[in-house]
Amino acid sequence: MKRELLKFLIFAALLLLLPLFFQGGYLLNVLLFVGIHTILAIGLNLLLGFAGQISLGHAAFFGMGAYLSGILTATYNVNPWLAMIIAAVVVGIMAFLIGFPILKLKGHYLAMATLGLGIIIYIVFNEAVDLTGGPSGLSGIPNLSIGSLIFDNDLKNYYLIWAFTLATMLLSINLAHSRIGRALRAIHDSEVAARVMGVNARLLKVQIFSLSAAISAIAGSLYAHTMTFVSPASFGFNFSIELLTMVVIGGLGSIYGSFLGAALLTLLPEMLRAFQDYDIVIYGLLLILMTMFMPGGLARAFPAIVAAISPKKPEGGQGSA
Amino acid sequence: MLRISGITQIFGGLIALDNVSLTFRREEITGIIGPNGAGKTTLFNIVSGIYRQTSGAVHLDDRDISGAPPEKLALLGMVRTFQNVELFGRMTVLENVMVGLHTRSHSGILACALKLPGNLKEERGIRERAMQWLDFVGIADMATLDAANLPFGKGRLLEIARAMAMEPRIILMDEPAAGLNSRETVELALLIRKVRESGIAVALVEHDMELVMDVCDYIHVLNLGRKLDEGTQREIQENKEVIAAYLGEG
Repeated sequence: MKRELLKFLIFAALLLLLPLFFQGGYLLNVLLFVGIHTILAIGLNLLLGFAGQISLGHAAFFGMGAYLSGILTATYNVNPWLAMIIAAVVVGIMAFLIGFPILKLKGHYLAMATLGLGIIIYIVFNEAVDLTGGPSGLSGIPNLSIGSLIFDNDLKNYYLIWAFTLATMLLSINLAHSRIGRALRAIHDSEVAARVMGVNARLLKVQIFSLSAAISAIAGSLYAHTMTFVSPASFGFNFSIELLTMVVIGGLGSIYGSFLGAALLTLLPEMLRAFQDYDIVIYGLLLILMTMFMPGGLARAFPAIVAAISPKKPEGGQGSA
Repeated sequence: MLRISGITQIFGGLIALDNVSLTFRREEITGIIGPNGAGKTTLFNIVSGIYRQTSGAVHLDDRDISGAPPEKLALLGMVRTFQNVELFGRMTVLENVMVGLHTRSHSGILACALKLPGNLKEERGIRERAMQWLDFVGIADMATLDAANLPFGKGRLLEIARAMAMEPRIILMDEPAAGLNSRETVELALLIRKVRESGIAVALVEHDMELVMDVCDYIHVLNLGRKLDEGTQREIQENKEVIAAYLGEG
């Protein structure tokens, strides 16, 4: 457990030092998205990687967080921090209530139900024009601030977002190594045995679904207050699939894997810009190759690749979180 | 302490169990034997809350627990093992037993995520007790292995350790000797006795007659969904009907 903490501290220090290497600029802006996507991927990973329950509608929870925060602050002048808390609580409660009927379903049926949920909410974003501004979006969302410190440029937002990202990572790592984390993995491996051990599988699945949605909503709030503008296009079905891909490519059940997946899928499209029209083809091919040759995700492949490249050493333990 | 009265189970048109009644007592090993298709595992699935019976009742002490889900039965002190060994394969051997302590610990999601002091202490306690139970079944040296990599016989022992970690009052074992070699079966018999000595009622569904006759204090015989006989091992061994049911004579 101490090693786990050390690993985290090194990781946190590296990320906090990162902006020193490029003063502002475009890449810093991309790193904001890596942070937000990491939070989202971890949220989904708690559900998919630990409890083994799929969701194809997580972009909708992200969107609800963004819109709730946006509408409360831009239209009703609520304090942005308060708006963020309200968004997380409302989305969490809503997911809890929806979770009871939906999580009775398994496998493909659960995928279909969450897909439907995502699409319904996406339609609401588009059609509730009075509230959301419809397809043209909602603008004039204020930045977050602490006293006189206003998070109004990329560098300040970098630290704001990564403070949230690192907190999400730390809390999730703690959760993974607790009785709740074990109960979730137990449900994943054998639901019937977990229940015989006294794990209330049905309730725990709903709780983690709700937590996962609330985490996504917080990411949505951060997004809204950083960009100061939201529109439905960012919260569609495509983005739900992208989140799912981040979690799977990164490694199911690995918190650092979710970071790797989010970083790769956020940075890769930027790097592939050079290929112009062919970028999407190369992107797709890379994803196919990765799922074929790294079924355990980046989190497992990374240490293996390092081990393969580095000079021979006596066998080390498999480090994964 | 566990009383099954008049259980009938019908699957479609098939009568799997027909008005079966039996009791299990503390500090006693009660065997349920019978040929394939006798309804032994069905009976276990009903008692452990996995199936819902067509009619009849199950009482734990004087409490009606018919139709209670497994997670509720766990809180009341009932646990089972599985014929095909249901381990949490991607977790370590130790973690498997730690799940067994789920009902013996209480930290919620928030306390676990924030690692509150109380949670840390609880976690340490869970780990220590889980190690003790691994020691109880004799596989403490395998604590850090992934459960999926455990040899089959050791997996059976792990299932028992995991069940014992719950400190249950009754443990249902579904064919614990299936797939074990003769040496492992002898060790299993010792372990089952050790479980009984800790003051627990043991219910044993088993095909291995040698094991049943060796450890059981009392035996019930099922055949084609009906109870054929009950009694001590000597009484059962002398019953012609039982012999016929097994050997297919008469």
